[in-house]
Amino acid sequence: MIAEIPKGLSELLGQVTGYIYPNEIEIHWSILIVVYPYVTGLVAGAFILASLVKVFNVKDVQPTYRLSLLTALAFLLVAPFPLLLHLGHPERSFEIFLTPHLTSAMAMFGFVYAWYLMGVLLLEIWFEYRRDLVVLAGQERGPLRWIHRVLTLFSKDVSDQAVAFDKKAIKAITIVGIPSAFLLHGYVGFIFGSVKANPWWGSVLMPIVFLMSAIVSGIAMVIFLYMVITAMRNERIDMRCLDRIASFLFYAVIVDFSLEALDFIHRLYQSEESVKILGKLISLKLFMNLVVLQILLGMLIPLAILVIARLRHFNEDMRKLLYFTAVILIQMGIFSTRWNVVIGGQLFSKSFRGLMTYKMEMTGLEGLLTALVLLALPFVILTVLVRILPTRRLQDPLPEVL
Amino acid sequence: MNKRQFLKGMILFIPAGQLLETLARQAEAAGPGKPKPAKPDAEPDMGLGDYQPADHWYGMGIEIDKCIGCNRCAEACKAENDVPQEPFFFRTWVERYRVMHDGEARVECISVNPQQRGELQEDRDVLRTFFVPKLCNQCAHPPCVQVCPVGATFSTRDGVVLIDKDRCIGCRYCIQACPYGARYFDHRTSTADKCTFCYHRITRGLLPACVEVCPTQARIFGDLRSKASRLVRFQRMNKIGVLKPALNTEPKVYYAQLDGEVR
Repeated sequence: MIAEIPKGLSELLGQVTGYIYPNEIEIHWSILIVVYPYVTGLVAGAFILASLVKVFNVKDVQPTYRLSLLTALAFLLVAPFPLLLHLGHPERSFEIFLTPHLTSAMAMFGFVYAWYLMGVLLLEIWFEYRRDLVVLAGQERGPLRWIHRVLTLFSKDVSDQAVAFDKKAIKAITIVGIPSAFLLHGYVGFIFGSVKANPWWGSVLMPIVFLMSAIVSGIAMVIFLYMVITAMRNERIDMRCLDRIASFLFYAVIVDFSLEALDFIHRLYQSEESVKILGKLISLKLFMNLVVLQILLGMLIPLAILVIARLRHFNEDMRKLLYFTAVILIQMGIFSTRWNVVIGGQLFSKSFRGLMTYKMEMTGLEGLLTALVLLALPFVILTVLVRILPTRRLQDPLPEVL
Repeated sequence: MNKRQFLKGMILFIPAGQLLETLARQAEAAGPGKPKPAKPDAEPDMGLGDYQPADHWYGMGIEIDKCIGCNRCAEACKAENDVPQEPFFFRTWVERYRVMHDGEARVECISVNPQQRGELQEDRDVLRTFFVPKLCNQCAHPPCVQVCPVGATFSTRDGVVLIDKDRCIGCRYCIQACPYGARYFDHRTSTADKCTFCYHRITRGLLPACVEVCPTQARIFGDLRSKASRLVRFQRMNKIGVLKPALNTEPKVYYAQLDGEVR
């Protein structure tokens, strides 16, 4: 496989400010690597929201429980693709499983991912849906009947005992699942946080900041999907549920903001060797993305909106509008956060003397178009999932069909 | 079977067995491409002949005051190691520092732009000026090796960090982890690449190409396990500094007269 040297690199030579090591002109981790932590963050966040129902018994949030699980699954299925497409040798990616290098944070990806998908998410979804799918398969005709029958793995037991066991299993899986979700995304933060060569990344707070922003983005995504899906189905939104999730979102944003502020203040106060170049990085390269998109539009304004929605007693429609605006802004803000970490960390030289430029491809394998497709893919998967797996539990006294 | 028969049998069996074993060994040695039984702790045969990696521990010394910025090292390296000619792929390069009276350091990479290699006009604002050749530091505690997810980049027993291009998956984590910008992505093979201390040369007793061509002997290559080596002498005669010591990478490229401005 002989790939061409990217043509844009010579152009970029002219766009360097200050001094950079000559090999640093190429930005190695592209927009696809921005998509990856964004997507896994949504997985972890959505799962943690789902866990609130089962572990902490927050009954108000029940209407979004299944939607949260399916959202997590849809995004998790897409998570490996940006990584695979980015590899120079995707055909060798299986080596990470076969001969993992145990000191490498990245080598753990396969195991963390496989564990989370098989050991947590699919298992929990199966136990949650088993009873309903058995019932549905009994009522339906045609291919859907067979799909549901296969998905139940041909189990037919809907006795009270079996359902009680399902519930117990779900609780146990969720208890294991919460640390697993923390692991999944904390680990992504560790990939960046453990790079000591890069002062923008190398911070012990990085996994925790990743985690909190993941929770923020996951909750916001579920609110968004819940509002869109109910609107599409012409159903009523459960306002108690929505208000409750919005309040969780509010607390999560506050914690996230505090952590990021702590990180910022800590860097500024310690004022290490890298502080000057990082200052230049923010003022010359990331001002729009960091200060305007991430902090102002992505965090402070949504925070203000959520505060207003809590303090003033608006009617339902107004609250819906406020929440909807807030969650869209938050999504944009968290995507900017990922961008600022991944791309921002590659825009300054490790000589601390100069800044590079990232020129995003449009149509290439690692370009904007691929990124957009990858970001749209989970929604397509979710549409299919929601068709097959109903997001609302069947009525508790079972219909007399069986 | 009585005692006599047993002894007779043994007298025949032992030499016959040895003969068979010898024949089998010869056949194995003669047979091409037959996998040899893996011996524990054996050095992989990399076509190095009698060379024993464990007997060496390589490093490089760079005497900054001797470097005249001719860039021959970088050119020789590109020719010797088939490094892409574009001015953003280097296994070794030379930086020029000009520290001004106001304390500002102006740095350029003279290997990138040939025009910058010309003589500079005398400038009264310049306090001091010098060249710094850079290359992979062949760290004893290399962050690039630590992060490689498949172990494609590894430290050899003789202290060189190499890349197995048949194993590298092209994730570029090592490039991110290198604090010295010593690695680049080779788009021809879609794998990472960097200085090998000219491993194909040093294991045959030759010098790395950059050391070979340096007209002022600003670069000194040697074996730290051998007390007679030039590098050991270099370390005895000079005050030594390494790049970014705070990162605890334990570089094995040692600089004499290293200026505090150099990062």
